[in-house]
Amino acid sequence: MKESAPVGSASTPDFSNWSCPLPLAGYPTIVMGHGGGGKLGNELVEHLFVPAFRNPALENLGDAAVLDLPAGRIAMSTDSFVVQPLFFPGGSIGELAVNGTVNDLAVSGAIPLYLTASFILEEGLPMAQLAAIVEAMAKAAAVAGVQVVTGDTKVVERGHGDGIYINTAGIGVIRPGISVSPRQAKPGDAILVSGTIGDHGMAILSVREGLEFESQIRSDCAPLNSLIADVLTAAGASVHVMRDPTRGGLASTLNEIAQASGVGISLEEASLPVKPQVQSACELLGFDPVYVANEGKVVFFVAPEAADLVLNALRAHPLGRDAARIGTVTADHPRLLVARTAMGANRVIPLQIGEQLPRIC
Amino acid sequence: MKYLTEFRNGEVAQRIAQQIHRIATRPWKIMEVCGGQTHSIIKNGIDQMLPAGIEMIHGPGCPVCVTPLELIDKALAIAAQPGVIFCSFGDMLRVPGTECDLFQVKGNGGDVRVVYSPLDAVELAMKNPDRQVVFFGVGFETTAPANAMSVHLAKRRGLKNFSLLVSHVLVPPAIEAILSAPGHRIDGFLLAGHVCSVMGYWEYPPLAERFRVPLVVTGFEPLDLLDGIRRTVLQLESGRHEVENAYERMVTFEGNKPAQKLMSEVFEVCDRAWRGIGVIPKSGWKLSEAYREFDAEERFQLSGIRTVESPLCHSGEVLRGMMKPAECPAFGKECTPRHPLGATMVSTEGACAAYFNYGRFISAEQLAGAGLSAVGQPNDNWGSK
Repeated sequence: MKESAPVGSASTPDFSNWSCPLPLAGYPTIVMGHGGGGKLGNELVEHLFVPAFRNPALENLGDAAVLDLPAGRIAMSTDSFVVQPLFFPGGSIGELAVNGTVNDLAVSGAIPLYLTASFILEEGLPMAQLAAIVEAMAKAAAVAGVQVVTGDTKVVERGHGDGIYINTAGIGVIRPGISVSPRQAKPGDAILVSGTIGDHGMAILSVREGLEFESQIRSDCAPLNSLIADVLTAAGASVHVMRDPTRGGLASTLNEIAQASGVGISLEEASLPVKPQVQSACELLGFDPVYVANEGKVVFFVAPEAADLVLNALRAHPLGRDAARIGTVTADHPRLLVARTAMGANRVIPLQIGEQLPRIC
Repeated sequence: MKYLTEFRNGEVAQRIAQQIHRIATRPWKIMEVCGGQTHSIIKNGIDQMLPAGIEMIHGPGCPVCVTPLELIDKALAIAAQPGVIFCSFGDMLRVPGTECDLFQVKGNGGDVRVVYSPLDAVELAMKNPDRQVVFFGVGFETTAPANAMSVHLAKRRGLKNFSLLVSHVLVPPAIEAILSAPGHRIDGFLLAGHVCSVMGYWEYPPLAERFRVPLVVTGFEPLDLLDGIRRTVLQLESGRHEVENAYERMVTFEGNKPAQKLMSEVFEVCDRAWRGIGVIPKSGWKLSEAYREFDAEERFQLSGIRTVESPLCHSGEVLRGMMKPAECPAFGKECTPRHPLGATMVSTEGACAAYFNYGRFISAEQLAGAGLSAVGQPNDNWGSK
């Protein structure tokens, strides 16, 4: 089949291992009929989605997936993914869609088990791009150990979408004895982050039209459930809060926790792990890495006596090598995030109003 | 990181701050001209490290802040026209005009794009020959070389669909205006390092002589700022008033000659209105006769624009150093970054936004816990979702 270059893509995805099933070859791009519930839609399911996500619950192709769940409390989460460009250094919208929901479940203390996947496709989306995205989702699901058990496809007219939007929902079972919540930060808690901040946001920005800059920055997009499992095995009930600082970055997550728990947070600015190339790009654009998005990082609030235990568990995991202790919960200045600057002065880090904007000079 | 971490060393900063404490025997008011410096001072808490008598006055050097509202209204009118691709630096998008901002124009179907360089807008014009591409060229001498280059390239390539909505402003006339104002309070200036990296500092000795003020070319990192302040205080304490270069790794006396040559070809000096301040004679650049065809104000018919400033906004006094952001009655109340009344609350380099964003208004009890000093107590539901 003819391969068209991915629109707005800086890192061309590798289709070398992708073999397009014959019945789809007639349509190199998505047409309205692929969402019409007829033969074309069935072909997408039969020749693309089912082979990629293959599992017994999905293969029943019923109106709903029927699942056997272990006893206990169930966590459920949903997230929609809209990103430009669709492919970026270190990943694509496919990995984001799987890892995003896996991570939301994992930071709730759940073992993620099953996902749904809904696709809103724009007429004209190259089939090869869709295939690459679905492949990426399948790989990410396999790495995270979750199954995509049901899904849906709709097609919108050209000009009414951004190529592809994906929604995933997921369920997981809460680990026995674990109770984490953004309301449970306590004065004295140590705050740890699992690695460098700002990688994902700057990777996306480096390939966004009009702002491209040459860089080695790759998205940190990754499933966090295995890292979190290691931490919970090591520290169990000493972990009070877990959050993945995605949109709005670390600053937004910490502000939200300070609000929810009614505590103050004091941050040591010098201890924040930031890759030099991310720091440089931020300087160039006038951004503060504390506000830049992450897709593979988690923040832990833990009892002070468990801090070293958690730090060691994090650093022993491939996704946690750059983990650092970054701050402390305090009863002073409730609901405020206050950073101690490298100069030894203090500054408040508030919630951002909107996205950070590249400055003039 | 080379040229970054070295200038953020906390121990060295403490040493310079201690020197300033030792040499300062009297209160002094020092104005940092550039908004980037204001941002860095507040972000790093430099002002908290100084002796109580040394007061930093925030100057008019935020390009977003001093761009007249009327020009922003013109930008909005052009951006809303069909067939136009309107390009801007990111932080102009949120600046409110009389009716709306560029984000809202974009939301209503206008093709508004954030670019990092005006040369990207020239590329867009080449790729879209059937569209009019307009670049919003604001700023001080710092952004002027790239803007000049964009017009120069457009002319050389014979582009008929590229134009510049231009409102350049110049630092020396602004300093002259501030020092000429009756009752001004400024004892010394930190000159804007980036402006001087382009222009050099040959323009400033007559000002230092005439107004008998020290002028110190200063960078943007914490150690740069502390060193600039230290040198200014040293001059003041010893009764000197010289132009001094504390940013030698970037700035020479002559500046960037090729850039200056290009700018003198593309631009000519004009009187310019500064938002909140008024018209300052010979304080701006407009496109010269040879490049007038690239002036967006000439290319687009703009009529019926009615510009109305908020009567509550005191950004003019803030920009002239007559009022601290938190002293404004509207600060943090009617005026917040979410609902800015004036541009000083919008741009990250605006003094009001810097004060607000770094929490310089939180209640005294909360600040006592955080080790900060209190300035103003607004009622905005700050920090909550």
